[in-house]
Amino acid sequence: MGTRECGSPIAMSRPSVGEAGLTGDWRNSRPVMDAAKCLAAKSGKVTCQLCWAYCPDACITQGAGPAIDLTYCKGCGICAEECPAGAIAMVPEAEHGTCEIDAAAEVAR
Amino acid sequence: MSTGTTEVMTGNEAAAAAVKLARVQVVAAYPITPQSPVVEQLSAWVESGELPAEFVTVESEHSALTVCITASTVGARVFTATSANGLAYMTEQVWWAAGARLPIVMCIANRAMAAPWNVLNDQQDSMSVRDAGWVQLYCRDNQEILDTTLQAYRIAERLNVPVMVCYDGFLLSHTVMPVSVPSVGDADAFLPKRPEPLQIVDVNDPRNIGPVVIADPRADASGQSCHGYMEIRALHQQALLAALEVVPEVDAEYAAVVGRGWGGLTWEYLLEDAELVLVAAGSLGTQATVAVETLRAQGVQAGVLGIRCYRPFPAAALRERLVGRKGVLVFDKALSYGYEGPICADLRAALSGEPDAPTVWGAVCGLGGRDVSPDHLVDAARRALADGHAGTRHRPTDWINLRLDG
Repeated sequence: MGTRECGSPIAMSRPSVGEAGLTGDWRNSRPVMDAAKCLAAKSGKVTCQLCWAYCPDACITQGAGPAIDLTYCKGCGICAEECPAGAIAMVPEAEHGTCEIDAAAEVAR
Repeated sequence: MSTGTTEVMTGNEAAAAAVKLARVQVVAAYPITPQSPVVEQLSAWVESGELPAEFVTVESEHSALTVCITASTVGARVFTATSANGLAYMTEQVWWAAGARLPIVMCIANRAMAAPWNVLNDQQDSMSVRDAGWVQLYCRDNQEILDTTLQAYRIAERLNVPVMVCYDGFLLSHTVMPVSVPSVGDADAFLPKRPEPLQIVDVNDPRNIGPVVIADPRADASGQSCHGYMEIRALHQQALLAALEVVPEVDAEYAAVVGRGWGGLTWEYLLEDAELVLVAAGSLGTQATVAVETLRAQGVQAGVLGIRCYRPFPAAALRERLVGRKGVLVFDKALSYGYEGPICADLRAALSGEPDAPTVWGAVCGLGGRDVSPDHLVDAARRALADGHAGTRHRPTDWINLRLDG
């Protein structure tokens, strides 16, 4: 099935998770959160949330211990830069050995 | 057909009159000679209430076209105009307007590119953006400027591609001629309201408009396979090639309502039995008609084939009219530096491989407003004929009225 069936000749999409593709595979360095340092995780309350607020790709969920979606996180490092507690470290992907994105997700979507 | 009026007006005023008749809703422009009087006139009409449109003043041509892009995206009929370095300054958005498939109409009062600084006419400015994916139409006189600008909206909105209406700076932009202005009723009958834009702008059904598109097609969130970059570009090329049909159709529709047509893609003068054909775009074509009369008086069977639509390039129409002639002399008011005139190069390619193709000679003239008289064109034709008789197959581009060596 060709792309003509999408019905439009221009670049246009519905806002949705993963609209720009599996951007997690762009990542050189991965944000790794230390719950022992994270203000929200330590307090057990939805506090601080600066990483959620600053993430330009909406990859971090709010909560008492924010979670980072590595399927779409491009590894820009802004969260690590902005975290007032120094709870997020950027670790080179090479040290992990694998890139944690779901290769089947592209097909499924 | 109802009665319009005939007024003596400049090319710029003719363009403005057409834009008003088209009932544009948004105008944005930055002043540059020789285009400025077009938008000065439009701003006066907006101020007086005669043209119920938004006139957006901006700090640059880049922003002028950006305003047109955004307004066109939400469905407005828009207009801007520029020249030379102003067009160069908006070049990024020239490509964006085309790739986003927005039916923007922009008048180009053709002017020489700096450096050296020069405000006079040639066609280097618009020729330099011929590859950006706009339809480009070149006008012979002020009447054609008015009629073509109105037609441009119809073409743009049928194909969802932007259209440049190009006319020679000062030679047409600032020269007065009698121009017949269609009645509002005729203009409305010819040009209906703009159809819905391709872009969906709806708070209840939101879209990302113009998002990143990567190399390969990719499924969207609903599983629909969406275009990669090449699919979008291929559809754009199909739309441009469809203009080869649509430009003449719209010209015929206009003639049916208003009573004037301009030949669609090309026009001709004394071409039927011509052995030597002079080719040019814009007002230079009008001078070529005078030159071929002189040549005929001297016993040369000469005719004119004028280029009205340069992009898309009417290759098939040109082959149909030129194969079998003895020679073709192309006059370009622009140059692809390091090669030759753009129309000449394109025409050679169009005729390539035709067993009965004419010899094609190239000439460049009128750069930076250098005078080109019909006598200059006649002299160039005689040089081409002499070279033809001498059996010369390749020669450098003939620079008309160049005085480097006296």
